[in-house]
Amino acid sequence: MAVDHRQHHLQFVRSALAVLTSPLQRIAQLPVTAVDWVAETFATRNRLQDDNATLREANLVLKARLQKLEALEAENLQLRNLLDSSIKVGERVLIGELISVDLDPYTQQVTINKGSTSGVYEGQPVLDAEAVMGQVVHTTPFTSRVLLVTDTSHAIPVQVQRNGLRTIAVGTGRTNQLELPYLPINADIRQGDVLVTSGLGGTFPPGYPVASVSTVSRRAGEAFPHVLATPQAHLDRVREVLLVWTVSPLQVLQAQDQARSSEPAGPVTQPPATPAVAAQADAQPTPAAKPKPTAPGRAASVVGSAPAQKPAAPKKPQPAGPAGGGAR
Amino acid sequence: MTTALTPRRGTTVIVVSFLIAIVLAVMPLPEWARLYRPQWVTLVLIYWALALPQRVGVGVGFVLGILLDALTGTLLGQHALPLSLVAYTTLKTHQRVRLFPLWQQAVFVLGLLLIERVLTMAAMGAAGRGTPGAEFWLAPVAGALLWPWAYFILRDLRRRFRVS
Repeated sequence: MAVDHRQHHLQFVRSALAVLTSPLQRIAQLPVTAVDWVAETFATRNRLQDDNATLREANLVLKARLQKLEALEAENLQLRNLLDSSIKVGERVLIGELISVDLDPYTQQVTINKGSTSGVYEGQPVLDAEAVMGQVVHTTPFTSRVLLVTDTSHAIPVQVQRNGLRTIAVGTGRTNQLELPYLPINADIRQGDVLVTSGLGGTFPPGYPVASVSTVSRRAGEAFPHVLATPQAHLDRVREVLLVWTVSPLQVLQAQDQARSSEPAGPVTQPPATPAVAAQADAQPTPAAKPKPTAPGRAASVVGSAPAQKPAAPKKPQPAGPAGGGAR
Repeated sequence: MTTALTPRRGTTVIVVSFLIAIVLAVMPLPEWARLYRPQWVTLVLIYWALALPQRVGVGVGFVLGILLDALTGTLLGQHALPLSLVAYTTLKTHQRVRLFPLWQQAVFVLGLLLIERVLTMAAMGAAGRGTPGAEFWLAPVAGALLWPWAYFILRDLRRRFRVS
């Protein structure tokens, strides 16, 4: 047990066993699948029409918003280019479905039906339609286990959307609660503030909503305020999740290099080893650089490394403009 | 472990009963019912260790526990250690417990299920997961209440297929 907990030598044993037991998971899921199938097969025509109408409407609204978003994105890119900043990150997503089996009720984990054969890697961010759900902690060829943001061993670097205040949101073990333990007593945070991922630590792409602050209580005589937040993802209700691949500028550069060197014999490699890019390399899905589900102690060190990363960013202009747009 | 005198029969029945128990252990339940979910695997393990102590023992308990650990995503050993201990205790006491009336057996089973929970809690504590609330102790009670039924069903299965 200690070996499994402290080190990670037993990962392959665990993977083998998980593959072995996955048929049992399928069997356990059967009743739910059957109920779903029956419900879908015998859905009334009216209900389907209603569904269709609502979905059409939602689609229309979303498309309208997307137009605006694209314009904003282009503008944002231009501004970033003007600032010589290189934060722009492209993303790729895949939809996974939850396998309905109950895991240990005292850990906040779910199993999804996409595994390493689909390119899922450990540490990968997982979202639902609303917000960040968690990250992949273990993969097998066909399934993977996702640690939710509310698990007690999970911490996620966030910032307040209103004023950019950075902090860490730690899980409490309850599906509807996150805690923000590392805020000074005079921090500008209020009930209703939206927390978005800050992108520090490199696991989660920046800018995705995570939670909204539900209570802030400051007691006289205490050094830290007691701040609780409610996750915006429907952690206990979702059926489908989005798996996100973060495409870092380094990868974009590499892709360009490959494309270039495959045609003529161009320059072998660009000099991409600026501090900014090196820092961004952490965000890549390399197993070595992947941050584990950050324990509170570890999470604090992520905050500590933030200033080191920040001044490095505007050092060199990246060809992020066309590349970032192209990655979409 | 084996005796050459009695032929081993009905291995399939034992394996299938364990598989069903494992499936029941991860079967999705509504949120309110999850906390009452009895420790199915432990119940079945206790039955077979009582009925066929020469065949089902600590090793079987350990393997089952490791499988459960892999399936539920807990620390490898969090189920294996308690199940091994439960199997061992049952083996040591099976001659007495077999003669108990059913309600007394249920009390004994409650004790075993509680031992399993205590060890699980210790493992969770060691992994830094914090202490679970009072509802953590509901599952053994549910399991002990279900023991008579589990016992009858498994005994009928054993007689029907002449598992020995």
